[in-house]
Amino acid sequence: MVDRVRVKAMMPPGHVRAPVYLRGKTGVIERALGEFGNPEQLAYGLEAERKPLYRVRFTMAELWGPEAENPDDTVDAEVYGHWLEEAPDAP
Amino acid sequence: MPHDHHDHFHHEGMSPSGHPYRQDNDSPLTYWQQMEIAVRELLIEKGITTPAEIAAQIDLMDSRNPSNGAAVVARAWADPDFKARLMANAGDAAREMGFDIGPLHLVAVENTEDVHNLIVCTLCSCYPRNLLGLPPDWYKTRAYRSRAVREPRKVLEEFGVTLPEETTVRVHDSTADMRYIVLPARPAGTEGMSEEDLAALVTRDSMIGTGLPRQPG
Repeated sequence: MVDRVRVKAMMPPGHVRAPVYLRGKTGVIERALGEFGNPEQLAYGLEAERKPLYRVRFTMAELWGPEAENPDDTVDAEVYGHWLEEAPDAP
Repeated sequence: MPHDHHDHFHHEGMSPSGHPYRQDNDSPLTYWQQMEIAVRELLIEKGITTPAEIAAQIDLMDSRNPSNGAAVVARAWADPDFKARLMANAGDAAREMGFDIGPLHLVAVENTEDVHNLIVCTLCSCYPRNLLGLPPDWYKTRAYRSRAVREPRKVLEEFGVTLPEETTVRVHDSTADMRYIVLPARPAGTEGMSEEDLAALVTRDSMIGTGLPRQPG
């Protein structure tokens, strides 16, 4: 997994744990957390595949643009690997 | 007797102290309340659990409170080796102290001179219950959950925590399997204090990041 990642900007139905405010946003992997049962299956009592989980760090500037309270403050969130894609080139 | 004099005005439906009476809960059960009762009664009928087991579990849940987390923080302040283990794997460090935290995956995040950490769960109300007990009501509100990631400094100010511009605020959104506890910075003037006395300085909010530890003395 590359260090700079983007949360996929998809909108599937169901129980997903990638918050909408992070979708399409680029961050860096803060740490890998290991593999966990996929909540998108667990929530429906289905047999869950093991999926890698990462802590991804986003800057407030990335999340909120010019309206950010303080551009260098950050939000770290846990995002499953299947929700991440390699980020396009840094600006 | 305080309620003998009738010279002051009482609002209709207000208690003598001026608070509205809470309505009796004689409205019909909601769908999920009925579902909970149905599932619970079935589990008891089939001998899978007993009312005593359920009551014991509720007792256990209620017995957990922030003093567990405060003991962990105080140990980390007093013992650098323990602190290193806490930062590497907070779940194992808490287990080492004898806390039954089940399969919880716990991450400790450290406040320093330069960094202030704040915990939120924007999706629901994930909270390190095994170490801090039940979350405060505000933690579960839409206002806290949405504002903590959008304007954490304003939220912190409302909690009485004003941070210098140079301090970096790191918000941690518990979106999946991890739970978080803030390791607050050890207050100045606490050198030589016992772990027990240190633990008394650690507030619940200081472990969520919405507060700071008490000052000694």
